[in-house]
Amino acid sequence: MKKLISMLVTAALAVTSVFALAGCNAAKESEGGSGASNFKVGAIYINSQNDTSGYTYAHHKGITKAMQSVGLDPSKDLYIVDNVPEDDEKVKQAVDQLAGNGCNIIFGISFGYINAFEEKAKEYPDIIFSHATGYLSNDKNFNNYFGRIYQARYLSGIAAGYKSLELGNNNIGYVSAWGTEYAETCSGINAFAMGCMSVNPDAKISVYEISTWGDQQLERQAAETLIDTYGCCVIAQHCDSSQPQIVANEKGVFGCGYNSDMTAEAPNAHLTAPIWNWDAYYATAMKAAMTNPATFMTEVGNYYEGLNAGLVDISPISSNCTPETKEAIEIAKDLMKKGEWDVFSGVKLSFSGSAGSVTVEKNNAALVTNDGSEIVAAGGPSVDDGVIQGSMNYYVEGVTQVN
Amino acid sequence: MFEVFTLFLFNIIVYNIPLLYGTTGEIMIEKSGSLNLGVEGTMAIGAVAGYLAGAKTDSLLVACLVSFIASGLVGLLFSFLTVTLQANQNVTGLTITTFGVAFYYFIGNALSNSSAGWPKLSGTRLDAHSQAIHIPVLSDIPFIGKAVFSHGILVYLGVLIAILMWLYFKKTVPGLKLRAIGENPAAADSLGVNVALYKYTHIIIGSGIMGLGGLYMGLNMGGTFEGSNCWINGYGWISIALVIFANWSPAKALLGTLIFGFFNTLRVQNAALAYTFPDTMGWLTNIPSHFFSALPFIITLIVLITTSMSSKNKSGEPQAIGRNYYREDR
Repeated sequence: MKKLISMLVTAALAVTSVFALAGCNAAKESEGGSGASNFKVGAIYINSQNDTSGYTYAHHKGITKAMQSVGLDPSKDLYIVDNVPEDDEKVKQAVDQLAGNGCNIIFGISFGYINAFEEKAKEYPDIIFSHATGYLSNDKNFNNYFGRIYQARYLSGIAAGYKSLELGNNNIGYVSAWGTEYAETCSGINAFAMGCMSVNPDAKISVYEISTWGDQQLERQAAETLIDTYGCCVIAQHCDSSQPQIVANEKGVFGCGYNSDMTAEAPNAHLTAPIWNWDAYYATAMKAAMTNPATFMTEVGNYYEGLNAGLVDISPISSNCTPETKEAIEIAKDLMKKGEWDVFSGVKLSFSGSAGSVTVEKNNAALVTNDGSEIVAAGGPSVDDGVIQGSMNYYVEGVTQVN
Repeated sequence: MFEVFTLFLFNIIVYNIPLLYGTTGEIMIEKSGSLNLGVEGTMAIGAVAGYLAGAKTDSLLVACLVSFIASGLVGLLFSFLTVTLQANQNVTGLTITTFGVAFYYFIGNALSNSSAGWPKLSGTRLDAHSQAIHIPVLSDIPFIGKAVFSHGILVYLGVLIAILMWLYFKKTVPGLKLRAIGENPAAADSLGVNVALYKYTHIIIGSGIMGLGGLYMGLNMGGTFEGSNCWINGYGWISIALVIFANWSPAKALLGTLIFGFFNTLRVQNAALAYTFPDTMGWLTNIPSHFFSALPFIITLIVLITTSMSSKNKSGEPQAIGRNYYREDR
């Protein structure tokens, strides 16, 4: 009896599995039939593709939005390997997997993917490798891309500067994941400080470094310390969560968020936040790669754009800002968009006048670090992009790290 | 100038009270002879459930009740698996941690991706109720008033629970029976104590208390769902270590929380102290900030080593901890 039952079960299983396989094949065929394009995009993420905020989220949103704008379907043509740590072997495996999926272009969003990407670009000459925040490239199929987020930070600094003038308090706080260790955080702090000082020359920027990209409790306590001990009236931030803005809201001071418009979290505090629109780059890169992969490096090359390309911007200026803010920000944005002026140069902007008649003055003034050494002489040109992207490791005058 | 000390003391309490909830909850469970490593997950579930119920009804009472019940259900699951089905306690606890944290992300991701987004409390009645309450006279005492008597209601509830639990263990008959079960369930059973009932009840209540700690973290320390880290952020694990530090006494748990809290706060406030008193405490800035970040965990390690060296320090440890009691084995 037992034998009979087990035979029946085996038979039943065998039959259903055949049907299941058949179903599979049928589905595959219909998919292949309706797929209009054969261009496939690969992406390697440091965190989960299901994140709802933060770095990976911003890139994932940018990639899917760009795909839609160039006529690709993210549900079919996008292959993702996520939660890939900055470990050469793991990154190489991810690249192999995406190459096996037939991807034509592979984006890697984290700095530490750099060596694996360089190596794999040689192994797969027909695939385009595009790496964010790095500095390596080749002349055929491997580029790097990043954005001038410091320009947006400068603009948010203007909003903070006006607020501090209005409140008569020169102390401005900045909760930062890292300090001078990374050029990304360091240039952001400096640009923000220079934005503040273009409006309020006496502004003092106190930086609290939390030594991690995200920890809600630390971000919260850092903001509290800046407000309670250092008397800061505006809190800017370069970290994952909106805790610094929530604290500013609770304590009745003001703040500039990062990455997204944080006005919903801090309705009475938030001024404006520097934000990324990664789809601007991704659309450019996909278009170029779809048209002719061979000319990708001459068409796109190493990509480092800012306000002009719409890659960075600021969130809508909230009603907490002073009336002059919008005008001054428009003026500065315009100058940077046209390429007439940039943040880290020997020329400083100085805003004056009341709402409706805000004027800007360009003054020749040296770019000096907070320990007094001169980086750019008065009237000199902007520092190299390489400095902003990689080697900046000093604070400008007016900035102090408190911890 | 001395506000910096007030603030220091204030922060010790405000940012570390969840440890007290976690520790007292775990003590109650361990006193019944069960080792529950699921504190982190239990707190996460209590946090999410309580926060969402509170946001929906705009009531702190409902938030607390739902948080307690949700975590209590996790405790029920733990009891069913370990007491009735005799599953391994360590593995079950770890499973609950994994499950609870994943539950937090599951709900969080779904809500954040929805059109309305994660519910925000700013400006609601619940937010106002969870903030500091003003106690007449006491809150107005200089220095101490701000540091000790200007907290949210959940802070006082946590201290009250610790005191009541201490009394319960020391002064009541059910407390005595519970301790007997933790020491030797067979002996307690032979005296007519219903071992399974006691285990179930106390595991559920202990888990519920942990859940309140999680809710506190959601209301006062977190409150936004942002991808990279869970609200509980390791507090559950530290609580388990604090149980040993406290020698299984709820009163000492209060002390342990404050000591751990001191080092936890020092890592954030060292700069503020140095800034306010450059002459006497300026040297603090010469120590790398990474050392301060590691300090709370170094202290935990030292405490665990020193308490393990002498059996006197573990006198409160229930003898039957971690072992399931099976009646027919007697």
